[in-house]
Amino acid sequence: MVDKLNHDGSIIAVEHVNFFYGTFKALTDIHMLFKKNAVTALIGPSGCGKSTLLRLLNRMNDLIDGTRVEGRVYFEGLNMYDPNIDPVEIRKKIGMVFQKPNPFPKSIYNNIVYGPKLTGMNNKNDLNALVEKTLKQSVLWDEVKDILDQSALRLSGGQQQRLCIARALAMNPDVLLMDEPTSALDPISTAKIEELIDELKTDYTIIIVTHNMQQAARVSDETGFFYLGKLIEYNETKKIFTKPDLKQTEDYITGRFG
Amino acid sequence: MKWRYFKQHLFFWIVKASIALIALSLGGLLVYIFVHGFSALSWDFLTEPPRDAMTKGGIMPAILGTFYLMTGAIIVALPLGVMSAVYLSEYSKQNRILRTIRIGINCLAGVPSVVFGLFGLGLFVVYLKFGSSILSGSLTLGILILPTIIGASEEALKSVPQTFREASLALGVSKWQTIYRIVLPNALPGILTGSILGLGRAAGETAPIMFTAAAFFTAKLPTSIFDEVMALPYHIYVLATAGTRIEETRPIQYGTALVLIALVLGIDLIAILFRSYMRRRKSW
Repeated sequence: MVDKLNHDGSIIAVEHVNFFYGTFKALTDIHMLFKKNAVTALIGPSGCGKSTLLRLLNRMNDLIDGTRVEGRVYFEGLNMYDPNIDPVEIRKKIGMVFQKPNPFPKSIYNNIVYGPKLTGMNNKNDLNALVEKTLKQSVLWDEVKDILDQSALRLSGGQQQRLCIARALAMNPDVLLMDEPTSALDPISTAKIEELIDELKTDYTIIIVTHNMQQAARVSDETGFFYLGKLIEYNETKKIFTKPDLKQTEDYITGRFG
Repeated sequence: MKWRYFKQHLFFWIVKASIALIALSLGGLLVYIFVHGFSALSWDFLTEPPRDAMTKGGIMPAILGTFYLMTGAIIVALPLGVMSAVYLSEYSKQNRILRTIRIGINCLAGVPSVVFGLFGLGLFVVYLKFGSSILSGSLTLGILILPTIIGASEEALKSVPQTFREASLALGVSKWQTIYRIVLPNALPGILTGSILGLGRAAGETAPIMFTAAAFFTAKLPTSIFDEVMALPYHIYVLATAGTRIEETRPIQYGTALVLIALVLGIDLIAILFRSYMRRRKSW
């Protein structure tokens, strides 16, 4: 029996989670609810554990030898760290976009249909429709509709990142995790991705790690501030950036440390 | 100042001389074989079987035999080697057992080839009753080149960026599918190049096939994998040591050596061309 729990209005619930790389404790007693169809930003200085937490939410940390999780993480009421849960199924529901755009060395078209094909979608018309739909969602369609057979590696960095978002959307996930998705991009590409995040939140729950304060303020509804593996303050973005509860949060946001 | 200048030049000349010595001995070897062997070469030499107690005629059965043994060796070693490399590079955790396995593979690479021959004789020829045959020889040569293929495959797998694996796994694609669809296709050029180079080594080996596959002389061509074959390296060995008319067959010995060297260099050339072609196509 998979351990179940109800958390009203939230899609992911992190409960008393500790995380270890070997003997190093990277996260301490994290307790956090992520709201459905909202954008949540995770901020904090380098090494504070925000990316670790993000990768914990679709079990990507499983891939690193010698890591250990304590506590529970619920996704739609199911504990995703229950031994009966297959991480592959979790990752279908919780997609991820990485810091550096990482398209496969395949055509634009094949980048998008790669996942769906492997999960049994084989009808040519369905696949074509999916490619068009996801590329439109990621606002890339107009730029690439005539070159779908071209290698994805020939696109610009910003285009590649939007392709990676389309590729993640093609699996029809509920949640999209973004790990500093714009840190390798120029300001114009960054602006495009931020607009995109705003549009996507009607259909998806988005959790984004960012080093960029303005970005967190612009795109997110909720913000969690991390420091030394602890969640210091978690509140509505508006409140965090105008009247944070804690002095430490204010110091970080105003650039007094970090 | 002067002393330092002198030292600098001295060492420069020492390293230069080392490389010249190597180039010279390799070049000398090739020229020597070519000069002595070239006169033996003819169309008949390549297409005829030996005649008159191997003092006349060609070496066609030996060329064919070597070709069969190489094909057999790669059929045996490639799947096994690639799968072992996938285990080592993708699945295994870094621990004592893995280190032991690695040491084992490195030891295997250092085992003298005659030991492989005896092992093949014991296991395949006698115990499994395959007899002296293409099958036994291929299996023995296959084991001989396994470490090379495992090494090359592991290198090739490691050179596939980790970000490709992460991207695939994050889509909810299983680990095996990720390996099969993303990692292996991108590692394939490296795997094949390494394997072809390993094969070149197998083509020239005498000891492993001496007891397991090679016939002193057989005019009839093999009809199944349970038949014995002649092979180029063993043919040279036989003509140069075991016959009673060693002097008479000298030209055939050199001719055979020339064919063998051409074959090995040809295989290496194919591997090098293939690699540079794939490198130009590689986009990451």
